[in-house]
Amino acid sequence: MIRRTSPRPITAAACIALAWAASASAQDERIAAGRAIAHDWYKGNCLACHQVPGDPAAETLANIGPPIVGMRERFPDRAQLRAQLWDPTVSNPLSYMPPFGKHGVLTEQEIDLVVDYIYQY
Amino acid sequence: MKLPRAGLVVLAVVLSAAGATAAPGEGSEADRLHIVRHFEQLFPGVPLEDYVYGAMIASPDARAQYEQIMEFPPFLGDLDAGRRIWEKPFRNGGTFAGCFPDGGRNVVGNYPYYEESSDMVVTFEMALNRCLEANGEAPMRYGEREPMGVLSAYARTLSNGMRMNIEVDSEKAWAKYEAGKDLYYRRIGQLNAACAGCHQHLAGRTMRMEIISPSLGHATHWPIFRAGEELMTFQGRFNRCMEQMRAVPYGYNSEEWNNLEYFLSYLSNGLPLKSSVFRK
Repeated sequence: MIRRTSPRPITAAACIALAWAASASAQDERIAAGRAIAHDWYKGNCLACHQVPGDPAAETLANIGPPIVGMRERFPDRAQLRAQLWDPTVSNPLSYMPPFGKHGVLTEQEIDLVVDYIYQY
Repeated sequence: MKLPRAGLVVLAVVLSAAGATAAPGEGSEADRLHIVRHFEQLFPGVPLEDYVYGAMIASPDARAQYEQIMEFPPFLGDLDAGRRIWEKPFRNGGTFAGCFPDGGRNVVGNYPYYEESSDMVVTFEMALNRCLEANGEAPMRYGEREPMGVLSAYARTLSNGMRMNIEVDSEKAWAKYEAGKDLYYRRIGQLNAACAGCHQHLAGRTMRMEIISPSLGHATHWPIFRAGEELMTFQGRFNRCMEQMRAVPYGYNSEEWNNLEYFLSYLSNGLPLKSSVFRK
């Protein structure tokens, strides 16, 4: 009978904890995947132009585009950041940033992953 | 948003007005001076002649390393191989030296030039091949390290110190120059880049770990030996750039590259030639 009264709350708490851990690790995985794409010379190659001060693994001296900082302040709407990656010439026709989505440099899914990575800074 | 667009319209009007009224030589000289002023603002205090050193104008460390390597460059054997080809008489007894004024000394600064009879831009490498054909020999393949690459590398050293001296002196020459200029400013490839984007507007900035070289002076120092070993001609560098921008390169001795070389060489007018050189 002891078993009957106690298991319920324990199970619920465990479920919540497990669900949280699972979603956190899924998000970590997305960020890791986004980082790999962003750092890859033949994919995002973001480090060619941008520094990422918050990421010690981002080895670059680039000073062409602005550093990846304050992204939530600069792009309160996440969709706006994604649109910037998809085709930066919409907001600035003179931009030299490649239109990653428009020209198919990255897939739609890859762009989402890169946004996950940079939106944490 | 409105400001850059309005600026572009004004710029376009000014440019088209200038193009409509200026004589060919005046138009190209106005372009050159405009770009020289741009770089003077970008790199204050850098003497014009230093632009032959490319990105090293922004890195004293790289320049020091360069000077050290150039004291005894690792590619002397390649220049020697080029010299042997240059000096070896053709089967009819003629030589390369015999095809050029003053035995080929101080001639490269006059290339490329516009040739009325063929309506073509003639590069120095084309002149080398014409020399072979005029003497009953088979022409060399453009873009090959040997014999063309090493021959050009050596032959160009005979013009070291000569000032670039490109002329755009007729309407037809102007058309070739304009075609080269158009290519220089045109957005190209999957990465949507332009020669002028990196090498004019972003020159001196750092891309990952490397400083971007200025287009002014670009035409003066070819071929280069990358890392002291890889021979790369000016047009070979065009091809590499295009691949990096994920565009299909026009290819060695294409009309497009010859026109671009004509435009870029004009930009470097007055600068001293310096071949062949080490680059990272």
